[in-house]
Amino acid sequence: MATHAVALPRRRRRGNPWTSALTYGLALAVAGVSIVPVVYVILGGFRTAGQIAANPAGLPNPWVFDTYLRVISAGRFWRYVGNSTFVALGTTLGVVVLGVCAAFALSRYRFRGREMLYTYFVLGLLFPAAAGILPLYLLLRDLSLDNNWAGVILPQIAYGLPLTIVILRPFLLAIPNELEDAAMIDGSSKIGFFWRILLPLSRPALVTVGVITFVASWNAFLLPMLILNNQNLYTLPLGVQQFQGQYSSDTAAILAYTSLSMMPALLFFLFAERQIVGGLTGAVKG
Amino acid sequence: MTTTNRIHAEDLVDFASAGSAGPRPFQSSSRAARIRRKWYEIIGLTLPAVAIYTLFVLVPMGFAVYYSLFRWRGSGAPSDFIGLDNYIGPYGALKDPLFQSALMNNIKIVFGSLLIQGPLAIAIALLLNRRFRGRALFRMLVFVPYVLAEVTVGVMWRLILTNDGVFDTVLRDLGLDSLVRSWLGDPNLVLWTVLGVLTWKYLGFAIILLLAGLSNVPEELSEAAAIDGAGWWQIQWHVTLPLLGPTIRIWAFLSMIGSLQVFDVVWLVTTQAIRSLGAANTMATYMVSEGFLARSWGYGSAVSVILFVISFGAALLYQRLVLRRDLQGALTERS
Repeated sequence: MATHAVALPRRRRRGNPWTSALTYGLALAVAGVSIVPVVYVILGGFRTAGQIAANPAGLPNPWVFDTYLRVISAGRFWRYVGNSTFVALGTTLGVVVLGVCAAFALSRYRFRGREMLYTYFVLGLLFPAAAGILPLYLLLRDLSLDNNWAGVILPQIAYGLPLTIVILRPFLLAIPNELEDAAMIDGSSKIGFFWRILLPLSRPALVTVGVITFVASWNAFLLPMLILNNQNLYTLPLGVQQFQGQYSSDTAAILAYTSLSMMPALLFFLFAERQIVGGLTGAVKG
Repeated sequence: MTTTNRIHAEDLVDFASAGSAGPRPFQSSSRAARIRRKWYEIIGLTLPAVAIYTLFVLVPMGFAVYYSLFRWRGSGAPSDFIGLDNYIGPYGALKDPLFQSALMNNIKIVFGSLLIQGPLAIAIALLLNRRFRGRALFRMLVFVPYVLAEVTVGVMWRLILTNDGVFDTVLRDLGLDSLVRSWLGDPNLVLWTVLGVLTWKYLGFAIILLLAGLSNVPEELSEAAAIDGAGWWQIQWHVTLPLLGPTIRIWAFLSMIGSLQVFDVVWLVTTQAIRSLGAANTMATYMVSEGFLARSWGYGSAVSVILFVISFGAALLYQRLVLRRDLQGALTERS
């Protein structure tokens, strides 16, 4: 085996050192533009407002940890984190459960109108969500769901369903019929097959859909802004905006607050990068 | 009458399909029960999703059409019917210079995003598709801005771009004093500043899509071209790019729809004052200021409907003209 590998021609010639240097240089430049503003925000939280005013582009000197501590302990930061977590988890649970049920019916049952129903959901991908936001607010107000997390969670579930179904259906369709037949012969019902075999098999797709939904909900701004007036119910994005308004003179505090608020999304992304990227591209590949 | 007919027909179908497994003439009642059960299961599985999706995505748009025919401040039921005045009346949205500027700004953002992000993203994706050590890390860093919340991005860039903020300071330190501008305060400039922030935020998304598309391009093709003596540039231009076509077209679609609806970043980076000059407002920010903040629900609804018609129309048109081949299986039925 080893000798065989040696005998194979080299896949790629050693690159020209100038080309390689150029590649690194360009890649560094691109990564720098992406990341330097983020680093600036994080470092800015370790400076004082005075340091920032004296030299906006400087490094922390000396390093100040007080601002971060102040933001964590004083504001309603943790309450907002808790609220955002609750809303995002509720949304994710709803999207995944309702989405996989619908995708199951749309992939493993044969019935009249199936393709029409699928197209009905797919239409939601072309549907501009922002356009409906004003009447949606009025509808939620009439249902007494304004100032209520349900008023954020339910519409977010509705917005998330089309993409979820578009991602899940091909996945469920690809699971071989022989598996289903075998389960049926063993006396399982269709629902039993769904619960005991299909769901465990589709875990990777469910995780992908879940991660995408969670991040979208965590970052959502417009709908919570319209629906939630009570500060106790605010999600983190509303908290960031409110903090910026209240402490507009204290740049260091805003920077600290902003960088703390982006940590959950960044950490989540580090752990789930593959799922997010895989899901986005999977949806596009269809 | 029709109901019995329908059941009868389905029984026949079911009976016919059972034929291969041997005739079972005595089970027709349990067959009907099974068909009924199948339909219960289908309805039970799909109804919750259909209901919530219909109620919160489609129904509001219908309400928007209805509300847009009234002058209505939001209390009680709408009663002051004014027909199409919210659209084409003397104070209708289509005649309002602020709405017109919002629409123009949206169009500029659509084309600006396509023309700036497209070539940049293709170049960077080709770069990050080369083999080199640390490539995975670079790919991840480039994707970071896309993961950040719009609020984070808005607050962050507002601070960075503020007058004599860090951006201006860096320019001065580089000896580029002449480039220093009032990035967010100059009505002639602010839209381009916003476009810059949008590019920073969403470029990573385009790059990731293109990288995924590139990973589907079989390496054998470029190797074959290399053996035939093609250089790197020739391979990219003649082999890779054409195969990337579907990915580019889908990205352009998503980018266009996003640009037409853009709200968050614009709302957070710009001030209400400069938006109300028409310098950096979009259809969505205009809709929220007029409808939600100024409580002109009828007028705001008319703006929603126009925004909807434009975005949905553009989406359908693009799908018809450009995407038909690419979306088989995703947006058309799968055989």
